[in-house]
Amino acid sequence: MAFIPHTEADVAAMLAAIGVSRIEDLFDEIPPELRVKSLSGVPDALNEMEVGRLMSERARSDGIALSFLGAGAYEHHIPAAVWAIATRGEFYSAYTPYQAEASQGTLQLIYEFQTMIARLTGMEVANASMYDGASATAEAALMAVRANRKSKSARILVPATVHPHYRRAAVATAANQGLRFEEVPYCTHEGVVLPGALGRYDKEDITALLIPQPNFFGRLEDVDTLTDWAHARGILVIAVVNPIALALLKPPGEWGERGADIAVGEGQPLGVPLSSGGPYFGFMTARLEHVRQMPGRIVGRTCDVAGREGFTLTLQAREQHIRRAKATSNICTNQGLAVTAATIYLALLGPQGLARTAAAAHARARELVTALTRLPGVRLAFTGPCFHEAVLQLDRPVAPVLKALAGRGILGGLDLGAYYPELDHALLVCATETRTSADIDRYRIALGEALPGARAA
Amino acid sequence: MSNLPADLKYTKSHEWVRALGDGSVEIGITDHAQHALGDLVFVEVPEAGRAVKAGEPCAVVESVKAASDVYAPIAGEITAGNPKLAAEPEVVNADPYGQGWLMRLKPAAGALAAAGLLSAADYQKVLDSEGD
Repeated sequence: MAFIPHTEADVAAMLAAIGVSRIEDLFDEIPPELRVKSLSGVPDALNEMEVGRLMSERARSDGIALSFLGAGAYEHHIPAAVWAIATRGEFYSAYTPYQAEASQGTLQLIYEFQTMIARLTGMEVANASMYDGASATAEAALMAVRANRKSKSARILVPATVHPHYRRAAVATAANQGLRFEEVPYCTHEGVVLPGALGRYDKEDITALLIPQPNFFGRLEDVDTLTDWAHARGILVIAVVNPIALALLKPPGEWGERGADIAVGEGQPLGVPLSSGGPYFGFMTARLEHVRQMPGRIVGRTCDVAGREGFTLTLQAREQHIRRAKATSNICTNQGLAVTAATIYLALLGPQGLARTAAAAHARARELVTALTRLPGVRLAFTGPCFHEAVLQLDRPVAPVLKALAGRGILGGLDLGAYYPELDHALLVCATETRTSADIDRYRIALGEALPGARAA
Repeated sequence: MSNLPADLKYTKSHEWVRALGDGSVEIGITDHAQHALGDLVFVEVPEAGRAVKAGEPCAVVESVKAASDVYAPIAGEITAGNPKLAAEPEVVNADPYGQGWLMRLKPAAGALAAAGLLSAADYQKVLDSEGD
């Protein structure tokens, strides 16, 4: 069949056949007050020439600043081979496999992705990916409610140290499905959740506890103690983790006595460029006992009637096309291209390369913190170990300082006051293996200039 | 002709009910249902202590080609889910009226009489009308 849009004559003939005069009349069962007249916030159409001009202007403002901003998306070195391979036609044109078993190459790639993510997290099963870290976190909360059949409350404990966007996405996705997200405060001295903060929930019916590692402040949570606290009370543990950090840190599958039940995170650090915020991908893993509550696609390895190895979508009875309204999730797709890049990235680096990347990022972050806290008016906000981000306490509000740094071509970090009103003098900074000592020196000098008359923070 | 033990009661949604001596009942899916589903790969049974209404979905049987809800035939309180099925769902295919039972339930007062359960002969008529 040729791909030719309907002509006006085609449309008129179809309308006549069903006895309707205008296409608009097909929607008359929707009450007028529910219909949107026009979309606010969506600008008028531009032609191709105008769009080309606009995007090249925007491109000029991209990627020039020297960035010390992390906060959920991280600049890592991506070997040129990653996208050279990922953009080959065989991978680039293949979206999620709808004629799944005809796409053996795509299925094999997803299978290998799942295998590597499962090994990285120390968990038993991984799915084919989610939209991003925030959607994976929201879906993990919904999954925990299905999986924890002893709990009736659908109450999810969420430390304030979980990424603020993930917390908002979880509420937006799941609050209308009856889930209640309850914020657990952090220790203002250490920047982590102390077990004592959970004491008030000791005797309550709680479904799941989120544990970020590292947390939004870059700090390392006491994951073993928190995990064991939860499991002793029949509470499932959802780990929200950075995949690069897992090359060095204890994987969620080994947290505490029994390990986390579900582990999710943002996959962007694995070979996906910052790209103005997306597209990224989320990953999701779990203990095998929860696999039937897991959303998204899962690829399995099998053999055909002749005994030859093959790959197939599996456990599909969880999905919409079979379970209809009772499907585990309305997500039954995966982030094909970004996952392709991540799979190639992980295969190229291998466990040792990933560990070296993580160690280099950690070393650069320490170098950055050491350099910046030598300045008057700058100190570490929280004590204790970090991965590749840290919170600096300044002697003044952060926003004007960031503006001054931007004027010097430096993206200085995140003003935490925008998300945590009590931290309006606090700046979240990040350095990965891509920052050099010269970069850090440049930041130190610029920050010193941006803090005239500094006094002890 | 399906395998329909005469001492059991049945529902139109293909569950069977066996009266146990202590006033509680045992519930499973019929031979017809297991055959229609095909090889079961997963069975989810309810937790003991859960109160169910008649007609409420309370278990899931999943085969290689479909997943279906199992409905409580009678209002009451679940006293047990069959623990064997988590590891051996295929027991439901092999022995649907015996070891493949799904749950036990203590009917609420008057609920058994109100449930409108079918005899084997009446259930056979349901199957005949479905073109079994």
